[in-house]
Amino acid sequence: MATLIPAPLDIESLRKDFPLLARTVHGRPLVYLDSASSSLQPRPVLAAMEQYYETCHANVHRGVYTTAEEATARYEGARVSVGRFIGAPDPEREIVFVKNATEALNLVARSFGAATLRRGDKVLLTEMEHHANLVPWLMLSDQIGIELRYLAVDADGRLDLSNLDRKLDGVKVVAISAMSNVLGTIPPLQEITDAAHAAGALVVADGAQLVPHMPIDVQALGVDFLAFSAHKMHGPTGIGALWARAELLESMPPFLGGGGMILDVRLDRFVPADPPHRFEAGTPPIAEAVGFAAAVDYLEGLGMARVRAHEEQLTEYAIRAIAERLGGACRVFGPPAGPDRGGVLSLGFRDVHPHDLAQVLDQYGVCVRPGHHCAKPLMRVLGVTATARASIGTYNDERDIDTLIEGLTEAGRLFS
Amino acid sequence: MTDLEDLYREIILDHYRSPRNRGELESPPARRVEGFNPLCGDEIVLTLLVDDDQVTDIKFAGSGCSISQSSASLMSSAVKGKTLDEVRGLIRTFKAMMSIHEASLEPAASGGSDEGSHDGHDGHDGHDGHDNGAADASGEAANGLGGLGDIRRLGELAALQGVVKFPVRIKCATLSWNALAQALDEIQA
Repeated sequence: MATLIPAPLDIESLRKDFPLLARTVHGRPLVYLDSASSSLQPRPVLAAMEQYYETCHANVHRGVYTTAEEATARYEGARVSVGRFIGAPDPEREIVFVKNATEALNLVARSFGAATLRRGDKVLLTEMEHHANLVPWLMLSDQIGIELRYLAVDADGRLDLSNLDRKLDGVKVVAISAMSNVLGTIPPLQEITDAAHAAGALVVADGAQLVPHMPIDVQALGVDFLAFSAHKMHGPTGIGALWARAELLESMPPFLGGGGMILDVRLDRFVPADPPHRFEAGTPPIAEAVGFAAAVDYLEGLGMARVRAHEEQLTEYAIRAIAERLGGACRVFGPPAGPDRGGVLSLGFRDVHPHDLAQVLDQYGVCVRPGHHCAKPLMRVLGVTATARASIGTYNDERDIDTLIEGLTEAGRLFS
Repeated sequence: MTDLEDLYREIILDHYRSPRNRGELESPPARRVEGFNPLCGDEIVLTLLVDDDQVTDIKFAGSGCSISQSSASLMSSAVKGKTLDEVRGLIRTFKAMMSIHEASLEPAASGGSDEGSHDGHDGHDGHDGHDNGAADASGEAANGLGGLGDIRRLGELAALQGVVKFPVRIKCATLSWNALAQALDEIQA
């Protein structure tokens, strides 16, 4: 079979899809380098949501009238689109719509975790987890006394897997970021999952950062749960998804109670609905689901392999350009550019505080995020309280990186 | 002056590069309080010695941005040697400066500012002209001057006025002041 090398993305034309990129800030074009926090929305996503509200909005799963049926079809259709995007074998039953990846991970800890784990059971996390994949487990630990273990982050910003088998001994659940929101590190998920399964543990993957930037096939990865958010992948805020193998979802008790998640209710008991509706209490974010589906359609139109190729190349350019132009003054945390690294560039510039860096960069129209990025334990490992994080999305190009470096240079001058 | 130059005035950069009163006093006898900015992870440790209702020494430690560090440095210089009542007045005035929109600090608008009514009454004064000039109080005791008079009393601290144009940074500027207020509450409890 011939190897197909996809043509590179046409960034110039792609950028025209994103209305917000036409904005200027302080008289300069917007340079949006905060996609790890939240990405921008292309016109087809905005249009799909508007079209939904204008033509068929109604509550789902209730009415028999035409628009209610249409709304339900759009909502359930979105479930299939989102599931197919990550290679879910049975999306109708395996995709649970939630508020965001954080809620998905809370759902796993509260429902699956609380129902299957007992005092003293071990859960393996990593030092580079986002608070979303850490605090729910800490809360569960407070409630039922599970024991948390951690894989360490090495000096290169990669996970130390040298003692993986020992760390996995007796572990019931491995909950791990598929890509660090601080370091860009993409751990070898398949290898970890194989080892975890061999040790009898299930794997919960926080895919909030990985899913928007790479082709994903949950069956190939072998993970048992995958959480992700729409707004980091050109979709709207307010919706995310939890994928889990159907039989796992079947075995789990409800998370939130209310309308829509039951088969029957008496005054003294209730019978929960089947998954995925068992986990979707109350009126769901319908327009957001429509927007989510439009976002994955948009990404599929671009081609995830092309998205990854573009972003990997730009990450490599950024790391090289920063080193060449700023030298030792600017530190980029995380592994060197390569296939196991995403486009998240956490920067330390001399001893200029990230807040001050971000403030100066704003004058250049450059949007970066200063702070601990909801990963305080990792900040302590890195020996800093904060970094300034520039993160790459589909629409970024080399000019954006050049402007970033121009702003950093000015910050260096101001604070020297 | 661009917004950025207004934010990063020379006095601020000077206190950032060469912070005054940096370090920690032995505790006890010093009162020790910690402050956190959960948004950015900045931390401050404030230690202060109070003798006979007067702040006799104060130091700050921790890490943070130029705004939080210079604000802590300026604050420490301003409160050293003051009575607790004077320090409370300074906290009120500083916080008022942080929360009023800059336009209302102009002389014409000063009389009408909401904050004026909170601050107009603390007509304490007569303290020494401290090295760092944080409080050139001479004519300011007169009530009714409103916001502008109070801000004049802040002396060098008024350099932080530019922060109000950057609402996100107000938390940076007030971090050490909140810690100071907490310390006073604990001391006077």
